[in-house]
Amino acid sequence: MNLRTPLSRVTGRGSAKTGAGHWWGQRLSALALVPLGLWFAASVVCLAGASHGRFVEWISAPWSALLMILFIAVTAHHAQLGVQVVIEDYVHREWLKVASILAMKFTVVLTAAAAVWAVLRMAL
Amino acid sequence: MAQFLLPKNSVVKKGKTFAAPAGAQKTRAFRVYRYDPDSGDNPRTDTYEVDTAQCGPMVLDALIKIKNETDSTLTFRRSCREGICGSCAMNIDGVNTLACTMPIADVAGTVKVYPLPHLPVVKDLVGDLGDFYAQYAAIKPWLQTRTPPPPDRERLQSREDRAKLDGLYECIMCACCSTACPSYWWNSDRYLGPAALLAARRWIADSRDEAGGERLDDLEDPFRLYRCHTIMNCTKTCPKGLNPAQAIAEIKKDIAARRS
Repeated sequence: MNLRTPLSRVTGRGSAKTGAGHWWGQRLSALALVPLGLWFAASVVCLAGASHGRFVEWISAPWSALLMILFIAVTAHHAQLGVQVVIEDYVHREWLKVASILAMKFTVVLTAAAAVWAVLRMAL
Repeated sequence: MAQFLLPKNSVVKKGKTFAAPAGAQKTRAFRVYRYDPDSGDNPRTDTYEVDTAQCGPMVLDALIKIKNETDSTLTFRRSCREGICGSCAMNIDGVNTLACTMPIADVAGTVKVYPLPHLPVVKDLVGDLGDFYAQYAAIKPWLQTRTPPPPDRERLQSREDRAKLDGLYECIMCACCSTACPSYWWNSDRYLGPAALLAARRWIADSRDEAGGERLDDLEDPFRLYRCHTIMNCTKTCPKGLNPAQAIAEIKKDIAARRS
Protein backbone atom coordinates (compact mmCIF):
# COMPACT_ATOMS: atom_id res chain seq x y z
CA MET A 1 0.00 0.00 0.00
CA ASN A 2 1.37 3.42 -0.95
CA LEU A 3 0.45 6.04 1.61
CA ARG A 4 2.69 8.78 0.21
CA THR A 5 0.80 12.00 -0.41
CA PRO A 6 0.44 13.25 -3.99
CA LEU A 7 2.72 16.21 -3.18
CA SER A 8 5.38 13.85 -1.83
CA ARG A 9 5.16 11.79 -5.04
CA VAL A 10 5.30 14.86 -7.28
CA THR A 11 8.21 16.58 -5.51
CA GLY A 12 10.06 13.24 -5.38
CA ARG A 13 13.82 13.60 -5.38
CA GLY A 14 13.60 17.32 -6.08
CA SER A 15 15.02 19.21 -9.02
CA ALA A 16 18.17 17.89 -10.71
CA LYS A 17 19.09 21.55 -11.42
CA THR A 18 20.38 20.45 -14.80
CA GLY A 19 18.91 19.83 -18.23
CA ALA A 20 19.49 23.26 -19.77
CA GLY A 21 22.86 22.15 -21.19
CA HIS A 22 21.30 19.10 -22.80
CA TRP A 23 18.44 21.15 -24.23
CA TRP A 24 20.73 23.91 -25.54
CA GLY A 25 23.23 21.36 -26.93
CA GLN A 26 20.46 19.73 -28.93
CA ARG A 27 19.43 23.06 -30.46
CA LEU A 28 22.99 24.19 -31.12
CA SER A 29 23.98 20.91 -32.80
CA ALA A 30 20.78 21.04 -34.89
CA LEU A 31 21.75 24.54 -36.01
CA ALA A 32 25.28 23.41 -36.90
CA LEU A 33 23.87 20.49 -38.85
CA VAL A 34 21.98 22.77 -41.24
CA PRO A 35 25.12 23.97 -43.15
CA LEU A 36 27.00 20.73 -42.48
CA GLY A 37 24.08 18.61 -43.71
CA LEU A 38 23.67 20.74 -46.84
CA TRP A 39 27.41 20.47 -47.54
CA PHE A 40 27.28 16.69 -47.01
CA ALA A 41 24.25 16.25 -49.28
CA ALA A 42 25.82 18.42 -52.01
CA SER A 43 29.06 16.43 -51.76
CA VAL A 44 27.24 13.11 -52.07
CA VAL A 45 25.42 14.39 -55.17
CA CYS A 46 28.64 15.69 -56.73
CA LEU A 47 30.49 12.46 -56.03
CA ALA A 48 27.75 10.10 -57.20
CA GLY A 49 29.33 7.47 -59.43
CA ALA A 50 32.86 8.71 -58.75
CA SER A 51 35.70 6.18 -58.70
CA HIS A 52 37.46 5.20 -55.47
CA GLY A 53 40.52 7.14 -56.53
CA ARG A 54 38.49 10.29 -57.18
CA PHE A 55 36.78 9.95 -53.78
CA VAL A 56 40.12 9.53 -51.93
CA GLU A 57 41.45 12.55 -53.77
CA TRP A 58 38.36 14.57 -52.70
CA ILE A 59 38.48 13.54 -49.03
CA SER A 60 42.26 14.26 -48.91
CA ALA A 61 41.57 17.96 -49.46
CA PRO A 62 41.86 19.67 -46.05
CA TRP A 63 38.43 21.31 -46.15
CA SER A 64 36.68 18.07 -47.16
CA ALA A 65 38.32 16.06 -44.37
CA LEU A 66 37.74 18.79 -41.78
CA LEU A 67 34.07 19.28 -42.67
CA MET A 68 33.51 15.52 -42.85
CA ILE A 69 34.96 15.01 -39.35
CA LEU A 70 32.85 17.90 -38.04
CA PHE A 71 29.77 16.45 -39.73
CA ILE A 72 30.41 13.06 -38.10
CA ALA A 73 31.09 14.53 -34.65
CA VAL A 74 28.11 16.89 -34.63
CA THR A 75 25.75 14.23 -36.01
CA ALA A 76 26.89 11.76 -33.34
CA HIS A 77 26.50 14.34 -30.56
CA HIS A 78 23.05 15.38 -31.79
CA ALA A 79 21.97 11.74 -32.17
CA GLN A 80 23.02 10.69 -28.67
CA LEU A 81 21.27 13.71 -27.14
CA GLY A 82 18.09 13.02 -29.08
CA VAL A 83 17.95 9.25 -28.60
CA GLN A 84 18.58 9.69 -24.86
CA VAL A 85 15.41 11.78 -24.66
CA VAL A 86 13.44 9.15 -26.59
CA ILE A 87 14.65 6.40 -24.24
CA GLU A 88 13.84 8.50 -21.16
CA ASP A 89 10.38 9.18 -22.60
CA TYR A 90 9.39 5.58 -23.20
CA VAL A 91 11.52 3.24 -21.09
CA HIS A 92 10.41 3.39 -17.47
CA ARG A 93 12.09 0.38 -15.88
CA GLU A 94 15.07 2.06 -14.21
CA TRP A 95 17.74 -0.58 -14.93
CA LEU A 96 16.60 -1.00 -18.54
CA LYS A 97 16.58 2.76 -19.06
CA VAL A 98 20.12 3.20 -17.74
CA ALA A 99 21.38 0.14 -19.67
CA SER A 100 19.73 1.36 -22.90
CA ILE A 101 21.22 4.84 -22.58
CA LEU A 102 24.69 3.44 -21.85
CA ALA A 103 24.52 0.96 -24.75
CA MET A 104 23.27 3.71 -27.07
CA LYS A 105 26.04 6.15 -26.08
CA PHE A 106 28.77 3.50 -26.42
CA THR A 107 27.43 2.55 -29.87
CA VAL A 108 27.31 6.17 -31.03
CA VAL A 109 30.86 6.91 -29.81
CA LEU A 110 32.20 3.70 -31.38
CA THR A 111 30.51 4.42 -34.71
CA ALA A 112 31.65 8.03 -34.75
CA ALA A 113 35.21 7.10 -33.80
CA ALA A 114 35.33 4.45 -36.55
CA ALA A 115 34.02 6.97 -39.09
CA VAL A 116 36.57 9.62 -38.06
CA TRP A 117 39.37 7.04 -38.21
CA ALA A 118 38.26 6.06 -41.73
CA VAL A 119 38.33 9.70 -42.85
CA LEU A 120 41.79 10.28 -41.35
CA ARG A 121 43.14 7.08 -42.91
CA MET A 122 42.05 8.21 -46.35
CA ALA A 123 42.93 11.84 -45.91
CA LEU A 124 46.39 11.57 -44.32
CA MET B 1 7.74 0.86 -20.95
CA ALA B 2 5.19 3.53 -21.61
CA GLN B 3 1.76 1.89 -21.80
CA PHE B 4 0.32 2.08 -25.30
CA LEU B 5 -2.54 -0.41 -24.94
CA LEU B 6 -5.35 -0.49 -22.42
CA PRO B 7 -5.06 -3.20 -19.75
CA LYS B 8 -7.67 -5.97 -20.15
CA ASN B 9 -9.96 -4.65 -17.43
CA SER B 10 -9.99 -1.19 -19.04
CA VAL B 11 -11.02 -2.27 -22.56
CA VAL B 12 -14.20 -0.39 -23.41
CA LYS B 13 -17.24 -2.56 -24.20
CA LYS B 14 -20.44 -1.60 -25.98
CA GLY B 15 -23.15 -0.56 -23.52
CA LYS B 16 -26.85 0.20 -23.56
CA THR B 17 -28.79 2.52 -25.85
CA PHE B 18 -31.43 4.84 -24.45
CA ALA B 19 -33.85 5.82 -27.24
CA ALA B 20 -35.21 9.35 -27.58
CA PRO B 21 -38.67 9.93 -26.07
CA ALA B 22 -41.63 9.66 -28.43
CA GLY B 23 -42.30 12.89 -30.28
CA ALA B 24 -38.68 14.07 -30.20
CA GLN B 25 -38.05 16.74 -32.85
CA LYS B 26 -34.27 17.10 -33.20
CA THR B 27 -32.59 13.95 -31.97
CA ARG B 28 -28.84 13.79 -31.41
CA ALA B 29 -26.99 10.71 -30.17
CA PHE B 30 -24.45 11.03 -27.32
CA ARG B 31 -22.06 8.14 -26.83
CA VAL B 32 -20.79 8.43 -23.27
CA TYR B 33 -18.01 6.55 -21.48
CA ARG B 34 -19.29 4.76 -18.39
CA TYR B 35 -17.24 3.13 -15.66
CA ASP B 36 -18.34 2.07 -12.22
CA PRO B 37 -15.45 0.81 -10.06
CA ASP B 38 -17.84 -0.89 -7.63
CA SER B 39 -19.41 -3.13 -10.29
CA GLY B 40 -16.16 -4.89 -11.27
CA ASP B 41 -17.26 -4.64 -14.92
CA ASN B 42 -15.18 -3.23 -17.77
CA PRO B 43 -15.93 0.32 -18.89
CA ARG B 44 -18.62 0.63 -21.55
CA THR B 45 -20.07 3.31 -23.80
CA ASP B 46 -23.78 4.00 -23.41
CA THR B 47 -25.66 5.81 -26.16
CA TYR B 48 -28.28 8.38 -25.22
CA GLU B 49 -30.60 9.89 -27.78
CA VAL B 50 -31.44 13.43 -26.74
CA ASP B 51 -34.07 15.75 -28.15
CA THR B 52 -31.93 18.85 -28.66
CA ALA B 53 -35.05 20.92 -29.36
CA GLN B 54 -35.81 20.56 -25.64
CA CYS B 55 -32.26 21.12 -24.46
CA GLY B 56 -29.73 23.96 -24.04
CA PRO B 57 -27.10 24.46 -26.76
CA MET B 58 -24.00 23.07 -25.02
CA VAL B 59 -22.81 19.52 -24.48
CA LEU B 60 -23.09 20.08 -20.71
CA ASP B 61 -26.77 20.96 -21.15
CA ALA B 62 -27.30 17.59 -22.82
CA LEU B 63 -25.40 15.72 -20.09
CA ILE B 64 -27.47 17.45 -17.39
CA LYS B 65 -30.64 16.61 -19.31
CA ILE B 66 -29.56 12.97 -19.55
CA LYS B 67 -28.82 12.85 -15.82
CA ASN B 68 -32.10 14.56 -14.90
CA GLU B 69 -34.42 12.73 -17.25
CA THR B 70 -32.86 9.50 -18.52
CA ASP B 71 -30.12 8.05 -16.34
CA SER B 72 -29.40 9.50 -12.91
CA THR B 73 -26.36 7.22 -12.49
CA LEU B 74 -24.35 9.19 -15.07
CA THR B 75 -21.54 10.89 -13.13
CA PHE B 76 -19.66 14.04 -14.11
CA ARG B 77 -18.31 17.22 -12.53
CA ARG B 78 -19.93 20.54 -13.30
CA SER B 79 -20.44 23.80 -11.51
CA CYS B 80 -20.45 27.24 -13.13
CA ARG B 81 -21.70 26.27 -16.63
CA GLU B 82 -19.94 29.32 -18.10
CA GLY B 83 -16.32 28.28 -18.61
CA ILE B 84 -14.78 29.76 -15.47
CA CYS B 85 -14.62 26.89 -12.96
CA GLY B 86 -13.04 24.21 -15.15
CA SER B 87 -15.02 21.40 -13.53
CA CYS B 88 -16.65 19.97 -16.66
CA ALA B 89 -13.41 19.39 -18.59
CA MET B 90 -13.74 16.20 -20.63
CA ASN B 91 -12.88 14.73 -24.01
CA ILE B 92 -15.63 15.62 -26.48
CA ASP B 93 -15.39 14.43 -30.09
CA GLY B 94 -11.73 13.58 -29.53
CA VAL B 95 -10.71 16.95 -28.09
CA ASN B 96 -10.24 17.97 -24.46
CA THR B 97 -12.52 20.88 -23.73
CA LEU B 98 -15.16 22.25 -21.36
CA ALA B 99 -18.58 20.66 -21.88
CA CYS B 100 -20.22 23.95 -20.88
CA THR B 101 -18.64 26.01 -23.66
CA MET B 102 -18.72 23.31 -26.38
CA PRO B 103 -21.79 23.76 -28.61
CA ILE B 104 -23.51 20.52 -29.59
CA ALA B 105 -23.94 22.04 -33.07
CA ASP B 106 -20.14 22.12 -33.53
CA VAL B 107 -19.95 18.32 -33.41
CA ALA B 108 -20.80 16.31 -36.51
CA GLY B 109 -22.68 13.02 -36.04
CA THR B 110 -22.70 11.16 -32.73
CA VAL B 111 -21.29 13.25 -29.88
CA LYS B 112 -18.57 11.10 -28.27
CA VAL B 113 -17.93 12.00 -24.62
CA TYR B 114 -15.02 10.51 -22.67
CA PRO B 115 -13.17 11.48 -19.50
CA LEU B 116 -9.89 13.41 -19.84
CA PRO B 117 -7.29 11.00 -21.27
CA HIS B 118 -4.73 9.09 -19.24
CA LEU B 119 -6.10 9.86 -15.79
CA PRO B 120 -7.22 7.13 -13.41
CA VAL B 121 -11.02 7.15 -13.76
CA VAL B 122 -12.92 7.54 -10.49
CA LYS B 123 -16.32 7.04 -12.11
CA ASP B 124 -17.74 7.70 -15.59
CA LEU B 125 -16.44 11.13 -16.69
CA VAL B 126 -14.67 11.92 -13.42
CA GLY B 127 -10.88 11.56 -13.52
CA ASP B 128 -8.56 11.56 -10.51
CA LEU B 129 -6.84 14.96 -10.47
CA GLY B 130 -4.93 14.43 -7.21
CA ASP B 131 -1.46 14.42 -8.80
CA PHE B 132 -2.43 17.26 -11.13
CA TYR B 133 -3.29 19.50 -8.16
CA ALA B 134 -0.12 18.37 -6.36
CA GLN B 135 1.91 19.48 -9.39
CA TYR B 136 0.24 22.88 -9.11
CA ALA B 137 1.04 23.04 -5.38
CA ALA B 138 4.65 22.00 -6.14
CA ILE B 139 5.34 25.17 -8.15
CA LYS B 140 4.33 27.28 -5.10
CA PRO B 141 1.60 29.32 -6.78
CA TRP B 142 1.73 32.29 -4.46
CA LEU B 143 3.70 35.55 -4.20
CA GLN B 144 7.06 35.00 -2.50
CA THR B 145 8.88 38.03 -1.16
CA ARG B 146 11.58 38.99 1.32
CA THR B 147 10.84 42.71 1.26
CA PRO B 148 8.07 43.39 3.80
CA PRO B 149 4.94 44.93 2.30
CA PRO B 150 4.61 48.73 2.62
CA PRO B 151 2.77 49.48 5.85
CA ASP B 152 0.25 51.83 4.26
CA ARG B 153 -0.59 50.27 0.92
CA GLU B 154 -0.47 47.15 -1.22
CA ARG B 155 2.60 46.12 -3.27
CA LEU B 156 2.58 48.28 -6.37
CA GLN B 157 2.89 47.05 -9.94
CA SER B 158 3.15 49.17 -13.08
CA ARG B 159 0.58 48.77 -15.82
CA GLU B 160 3.31 47.42 -18.14
CA ASP B 161 4.34 44.80 -15.59
CA ARG B 162 0.73 43.85 -14.94
CA ALA B 163 0.27 43.38 -18.69
CA LYS B 164 2.99 40.71 -18.64
CA LEU B 165 0.63 38.48 -16.66
CA ASP B 166 -2.04 38.56 -19.37
CA GLY B 167 -2.37 35.17 -21.00
CA LEU B 168 -1.01 33.53 -17.83
CA TYR B 169 -3.33 34.45 -14.96
CA GLU B 170 -6.49 33.35 -16.77
CA CYS B 171 -5.81 29.63 -16.38
CA ILE B 172 -8.70 27.86 -14.63
CA MET B 173 -6.81 24.60 -13.97
CA CYS B 174 -9.27 22.47 -15.94
CA ALA B 175 -6.45 20.02 -16.89
CA CYS B 176 -7.40 19.94 -20.60
CA CYS B 177 -3.82 20.86 -21.61
CA SER B 178 -1.87 18.50 -19.36
CA THR B 179 -4.05 15.52 -20.20
CA ALA B 180 -3.72 16.30 -23.94
CA CYS B 181 0.09 16.14 -23.76
CA PRO B 182 1.71 12.81 -24.80
CA SER B 183 4.77 13.67 -22.73
CA TYR B 184 2.48 14.05 -19.71
CA TRP B 185 0.78 10.73 -20.55
CA TRP B 186 4.09 8.86 -20.46
CA ASN B 187 5.83 10.73 -17.64
CA SER B 188 3.27 12.52 -15.47
CA ASP B 189 5.02 11.10 -12.39
CA ARG B 190 8.00 13.39 -13.06
CA TYR B 191 6.97 15.93 -15.73
CA LEU B 192 5.01 18.82 -14.23
CA GLY B 193 2.84 19.26 -17.32
CA PRO B 194 1.74 22.39 -19.21
CA ALA B 195 -0.82 23.62 -16.66
CA ALA B 196 1.62 23.67 -13.72
CA LEU B 197 4.36 25.17 -15.90
CA LEU B 198 2.03 27.92 -17.17
CA ALA B 199 1.24 28.70 -13.53
CA ALA B 200 4.97 28.68 -12.69
CA ARG B 201 5.59 31.16 -15.51
CA ARG B 202 2.81 33.39 -14.14
CA TRP B 203 4.78 33.82 -10.88
CA ILE B 204 8.21 34.08 -12.57
CA ALA B 205 6.78 36.89 -14.74
CA ASP B 206 5.28 38.73 -11.76
CA SER B 207 7.29 41.91 -11.06
CA ARG B 208 6.39 41.75 -7.33
CA ASP B 209 7.76 38.22 -6.84
CA GLU B 210 11.24 37.89 -5.32
CA ALA B 211 11.81 34.16 -5.76
CA GLY B 212 12.37 34.01 -9.53
CA GLY B 213 15.79 32.37 -9.21
CA GLU B 214 14.57 29.71 -6.79
CA ARG B 215 11.57 29.05 -9.00
CA LEU B 216 13.83 28.51 -12.04
CA ASP B 217 16.16 26.31 -9.92
CA ASP B 218 13.21 24.13 -8.98
CA LEU B 219 12.10 23.80 -12.60
CA GLU B 220 15.49 23.14 -14.23
CA ASP B 221 15.24 19.38 -14.42
CA PRO B 222 15.32 16.93 -17.35
CA PHE B 223 11.83 15.72 -16.41
CA ARG B 224 10.03 18.53 -14.58
CA LEU B 225 10.52 21.05 -17.41
CA TYR B 226 12.47 19.55 -20.30
CA ARG B 227 10.01 16.69 -20.95
CA CYS B 228 8.15 19.36 -22.94
CA HIS B 229 8.98 18.53 -26.55
CA THR B 230 6.94 21.41 -27.99
CA ILE B 231 4.21 19.09 -29.24
CA MET B 232 1.75 22.01 -28.82
CA ASN B 233 -1.33 19.89 -28.01
CA CYS B 234 -1.68 22.04 -24.88
CA THR B 235 -2.07 25.26 -26.82
CA LYS B 236 -4.30 23.64 -29.43
CA THR B 237 -6.73 22.26 -26.87
CA CYS B 238 -6.87 25.06 -24.23
CA PRO B 239 -10.55 26.04 -23.94
CA LYS B 240 -9.52 29.46 -22.61
CA GLY B 241 -7.32 30.20 -25.64
CA LEU B 242 -4.12 30.36 -23.57
CA ASN B 243 -0.68 29.32 -24.79
CA PRO B 244 1.06 27.02 -22.27
CA ALA B 245 3.64 25.99 -24.91
CA GLN B 246 4.83 29.59 -25.16
CA ALA B 247 4.94 29.94 -21.38
CA ILE B 248 7.15 26.82 -21.20
CA ALA B 249 9.39 28.20 -23.97
CA GLU B 250 9.73 31.44 -21.96
CA ILE B 251 10.85 29.46 -18.90
CA LYS B 252 13.44 27.62 -21.03
CA LYS B 253 14.61 30.98 -22.41
CA ASP B 254 14.92 32.41 -18.87
CA ILE B 255 17.06 29.45 -17.81
CA ALA B 256 19.22 29.73 -20.94
CA ALA B 257 19.57 33.50 -20.42
CA ARG B 258 21.00 33.20 -16.92
CA ARG B 259 23.74 30.82 -18.14
CA SER B 260 25.60 33.34 -20.27
